[in-house]
Amino acid sequence: MERTTQRMIEIPRDVMTDEELWQPGVLSCQGCGASLALKLALKGLGRRTVVVVPACCMSIIAGPYPYSASQVPFLHVPFETAAAGASGVRAALDIRGEEDVVVMAWAGDGGTFDIGLQALSGAAERNDDILYVCYDNEAYMNTGIQRSGATPAGAWTTTTPGEAVKEEPKKDIEKIMLSHGIPYMATASVAYPADIYTKFRKIRSIKGTKFIHILSPCPPGWQIDSADSIRVSRMATQAKVFPIYEVEDGRYTINVYPEREVTVKDYVKAQGRFRYITDDVVNAAQELADRKWEELTGMVE
Amino acid sequence: MRQLLKGNYAVAEGAKLCRVKVISAYPITPQTTIVERLSEICANGELDAKFIKVESEHSAMATLVGASSAGIRAFTATSSNGLLLMHEVLHWVAGARLPIVMSNVNRAVSGGWNIWADQTDSISQRDTGWLQIYCESSQEVLDSVIMAYRLAEKIMMPVMLTYDAFFLSHTTEVVDVPDIERVDEFLPPFQPEYKLDIDNPRMFGGLISPDYFYEHRYTIHKASLEALEYYPEVCREFRDIFGREYDITEEYRTDDAEVVVVTAGTITSVVRITVDKMREAGKKIGLMKLRVFRPVPIDRWRNVLGNVAKVVVIDRNLSPGLGGVFADEIQSALYPLENRPSIYPVVAGLGGRDVTPADIEGIINHALSSDDPAGAPLFWGLKQ
Ligand SMILES: Cc1ncc(C[n+]2csc(CCOP(=O)(O)OP(=O)(O)O)c2C)c(N)n1
Ligand SMILES: [Mg+2]
Repeated sequence: MERTTQRMIEIPRDVMTDEELWQPGVLSCQGCGASLALKLALKGLGRRTVVVVPACCMSIIAGPYPYSASQVPFLHVPFETAAAGASGVRAALDIRGEEDVVVMAWAGDGGTFDIGLQALSGAAERNDDILYVCYDNEAYMNTGIQRSGATPAGAWTTTTPGEAVKEEPKKDIEKIMLSHGIPYMATASVAYPADIYTKFRKIRSIKGTKFIHILSPCPPGWQIDSADSIRVSRMATQAKVFPIYEVEDGRYTINVYPEREVTVKDYVKAQGRFRYITDDVVNAAQELADRKWEELTGMVE
Repeated sequence: MRQLLKGNYAVAEGAKLCRVKVISAYPITPQTTIVERLSEICANGELDAKFIKVESEHSAMATLVGASSAGIRAFTATSSNGLLLMHEVLHWVAGARLPIVMSNVNRAVSGGWNIWADQTDSISQRDTGWLQIYCESSQEVLDSVIMAYRLAEKIMMPVMLTYDAFFLSHTTEVVDVPDIERVDEFLPPFQPEYKLDIDNPRMFGGLISPDYFYEHRYTIHKASLEALEYYPEVCREFRDIFGREYDITEEYRTDDAEVVVVTAGTITSVVRITVDKMREAGKKIGLMKLRVFRPVPIDRWRNVLGNVAKVVVIDRNLSPGLGGVFADEIQSALYPLENRPSIYPVVAGLGGRDVTPADIEGIINHALSSDDPAGAPLFWGLKQ
């Protein structure tokens, strides 16, 4: 596999703070997207933020008692309650007159696509003034790599074992969230850190339910080398498997246009979890990616 | 001010008087009128609180986890299936030491829908760490909400007060509704030592290794037991301000009693009448009403029941394969006593089956006439 040279990323240095609200020494694996994404998100959000985290890798990464990696208040809650917990914190902070403090639920794909979807839908339907972030590593990683509604077709997990890989495609969480009519929905990827930073800065001034879906590589779960986690994440966007865009009050913007020809086949070939994917599934995934990209570009015009 | 109130409205009044700031609840029969009433007073400004209309009881309790962690007084109400749906979060709330107060209307648990009085719902949550207080009248319900916050916020533990479906939730009684200024005097604003605070960022509820978890659980146990020390003080202060007496248990004509009937909830009123009647006929019957069931007031139970010849425990709940849970716990509490009484466990009134004074008399007479409590519960009124 050829390695592409990373393009220089334009980080808006005039505004980028040196302040680290996410401390080193966390318990993440090497190449973990979740921890990196949270670090970038907090840089964008700043100190006036409260984080609510359900069961997921982040429950561990953030540090065991009596340690904490976070320089902002951090509330752990049960697996399916990130959105509800955040709504409660929101209500309380409003009562305390701290309306400007951002309440961010930070959940995995399992806590979002599956077990927490009901509470998330409830909060979005009420348009509670919270930011809900799903860092998506495409499986239940904390419990040791089991399939979730976010696992793509053709992927191995311990519950889609051996050659009996997952057959169903990934759930379209973005459409689900947009159908709630929320004011802001975006995707992001740790391969595009400046974009993450910009988006999290932006949402500070948006009232109502904001949803950000971040592709978050997991070297052990994706069976990739930890040194490759950014490269593989970048391929997902280049191959249009994970486009980076945002929808503000119904207005679509594509934030990252693929710069080179990367196929779905290239993308899956780069990961051990797709070892047993069939050509049919790859072709179907390619078709799906092309169709969705067309849909998306159509929304922008 | 004296008002005519159903149990559910008494609860809503109690929450209002405590100036709760966040409410999150989901309707279920027979709790629904609490949700409706609280929605109404939040909407019309009578109560300055945010009511979060969640999509489930699970989210209701989870929402309060957020609100209470941020140092705001929080309230919810539920019943039966709703309480069961909360189960996971109930444990969480106690583990997080959040002084949330909840009222539960005791309703049978399904399958096989039944919306009527049965205490199996709250009983099945006895191991969650929530303090449990059983109520008998609308006045007691209202007063118990006020005392519950005082207790909860002192020992930083959640309190559930619970009362029977329809017999109390939907029955109108005269209730003395205290002035809110007096309640303010009794119940100071909620100011926890730690809360979500951007000026003092801390982590709440994270991973606890085996090196610490055991001690963490033990402190919860200790905090629960503290309620036995502190609740009598709460009751005394409440009496001094509002003139009404409450306690961990209530004893009625137990002093020279040869048989003491133990009950919780509205069956208590029926037993009280029956005790009077049987006393007139010269039978030495007494009553011990359970109020605080978690923590277990073991010394109190031993003091009241330790020297009685026979104790009849009436359970409007059933743990299949065991029997009534109150009887089971009272039996274990009394077991170490040398002169322990004979215990007559009785299950009655499940799923709202009426328990009349005649039933109680029958139950007591059964105990009087038998010298050999079988240990197995008597299923009173069971149709063949
Ligand atoms: C009610 C409940 N069911 C199951 C679990 C076990 N559990 C903890 S984390 C987790 C998977 C989390 O997956 P995801 O949300 O994708 O986050 P990740 O671990 O991948 O970061 C599971 C199944 C739990 N904590 N609570
Ligand atoms: Mg995951």
